[in-house]
Amino acid sequence: MTTLTYLQAISAALRDELRDDERVLIMGEDIGVFGGAFKVTDGFIDEFGPDRVMDTPLAESGIVGTAIGAAVVGMRPVCEMQFSDFISCGFDQLVNVAGKMHYRQGLAVPITVRLPSGGGFSGGPFHSQNPEAWFMHAPGIKVVAPSTAEDAKGLLHSAIRDPNPVCFMEHKHLYRRVKGEVPDGIFETPFSARVARPGSDLVVIAYGAMVPVALEATEDLDGASVEVLDLRSLVPLDEEAVLDSVERCSKVVILDEANSTCAAGAQVAALIAERGFESLDGPVIRVATPDVPIPFSPPLEQAVLPSVDRVKEACRELLAY
Amino acid sequence: MATNIAEPAADGAAAPNAHLLLEDRVWLMRAMLLMRGLEERAMTLYRQGKVPGSFYDGYGQEAVSAGAAFAMAPQDRLCILHRDLAAHLIRGVSPARILGQYMGRASGVTKGREGNVHFGDRELGCVGMVSMLPDMMLVATGMAMAFKLRGERRCAMTWFGDGSTSRGDFHEAMNWAGVQKLPVIFVLENNQYAYSTPIDKQFAVDPVEHAAAYGFVGETVDGNDVEAMFEAARTARERAITGGGPTLIEAVTMRMHGHAAHDDMKYVPKEQVEEWRKRDPIDRQEARLREAGVDVDALRAEVKAEIDAAAEEALAAPMPNPETAGEGVFCEGEAEPLGDGVARWSGFQS
Repeated sequence: MTTLTYLQAISAALRDELRDDERVLIMGEDIGVFGGAFKVTDGFIDEFGPDRVMDTPLAESGIVGTAIGAAVVGMRPVCEMQFSDFISCGFDQLVNVAGKMHYRQGLAVPITVRLPSGGGFSGGPFHSQNPEAWFMHAPGIKVVAPSTAEDAKGLLHSAIRDPNPVCFMEHKHLYRRVKGEVPDGIFETPFSARVARPGSDLVVIAYGAMVPVALEATEDLDGASVEVLDLRSLVPLDEEAVLDSVERCSKVVILDEANSTCAAGAQVAALIAERGFESLDGPVIRVATPDVPIPFSPPLEQAVLPSVDRVKEACRELLAY
Repeated sequence: MATNIAEPAADGAAAPNAHLLLEDRVWLMRAMLLMRGLEERAMTLYRQGKVPGSFYDGYGQEAVSAGAAFAMAPQDRLCILHRDLAAHLIRGVSPARILGQYMGRASGVTKGREGNVHFGDRELGCVGMVSMLPDMMLVATGMAMAFKLRGERRCAMTWFGDGSTSRGDFHEAMNWAGVQKLPVIFVLENNQYAYSTPIDKQFAVDPVEHAAAYGFVGETVDGNDVEAMFEAARTARERAITGGGPTLIEAVTMRMHGHAAHDDMKYVPKEQVEEWRKRDPIDRQEARLREAGVDVDALRAEVKAEIDAAAEEALAAPMPNPETAGEGVFCEGEAEPLGDGVARWSGFQS
């Protein structure tokens, strides 16, 4: 075990895969000589060379599209979007070419798209988004979103080794803030949920950067026993784990940093309404970012992103129901 | 400025290509006849209500896919457009599977998952197109990128139309291929219309000029001359596998039918169609072969018999089981890369 930050864990997974499998190549804007906008691939070019740590033209559709081409002739490309927001420029290739390929023609597209996502830094409307739900709605694409250093590494190994397109949502706010013990070497974390803290009075369901928010908000909530379920994977969604938590706790708060409408949490709420209704002892409460672009100025941004206080308030209201 | 229309060689008078044996020239004819015959049969099936959805064909453009695909080796990889059926035939897809594909049968190349020419036989090294054109230019570019990274002597080829030159993926792929000097061949099928939009509303410069802007060779070819198409592709492939980088081949041709079966082409002047009818690629190859003493009537009869048998087989095949509609969204096993295709050209038979 080694103590790594979330960012170091992502770097370690990439380095281990490049060392282990010559089919793996990583491609993106400014990832080579510069080491990436967040320095995830700092120094990689010296060890692996410019062919496998490829500085690409500034062309997101190009990055995803060429990765698809390389994948179907036997490579295992890992694409970096400099910011997850820019995947909108590669959306068509990911959704229409990669996502539908196996269903249409039985041809697997083993690509991983790393999407540094999330707000909290005055990144403004184009460097703060959480676009995971766009891809949940598109058949054929897996979507994972780690919240810990260990899961960041293990899920990235699993993503790269998966024969399907995988969106790897890495939250920028966790990069250097989250640290933890990470097993050495390659290990694969399954695309399933994880109970981050067991409890019995209420469950907060979250993923990515909202997991530490949920844990902090409910650590000492007037003595209530609050479970935190970390989804980790949005596609596939671990429905049984969600329903187990609902059955155990009977009260549910669902937390998204993404804009509220049709977010991952909305899907979880729909699942509970359909299959967990009998277990409920109160309304399902959602806490999410309202449907506004993420504003730049700190007081505006803090006003929209879900905070520890908002989560506390939602939990207290539901516990009192 | 509209693109120039390449002057056709005088029918039957062109010197035989030194790289084509007579059997190759017959195969090129055979591929075009099969394409036209299959598409005509599919249109009949469409009118009989046996082909669901819409129907698209490449009538009059047969030389573009036949000539270009003929120069591709088994280990090369192809992303084929919807008016390029001959490329599938050359790679080894059987006519019965193609008709099954049109009819949405379980025996079709995509087993009913996809319609019309939206298919590619994975085992024959082909990736089926999507409707967002020209997305496959980037996919082909990525294949070529992998070939170059691994030091392999092979190339990728993709087809797209004049309308595609307006979209970003055309420019991203051209730029990427130029920057990395990749072994990829872009075949721009300039058939004068993108649906109803003529080329003078599509571009301000002849699109072949983009090649120079992106740092590689561009060539305009008479797209209704199958042997000229072959020669352009053969030369481009040589360039690609010897490190010379990409090639843009602008194949100048004409879409002789509507965009799809429903389209009466009222926006195309009749004289334009009549002018192009005189340059029909099959008629021109037929004249050459007759001059070389080939029994073209026998070839036509052979092709017709093959199509009849294929139609019978396809019509006897079952529709897909509706219970399987949800299957195969994800790959559950190992990711199998594309396999090798069939190469018909005698140059690959040694």
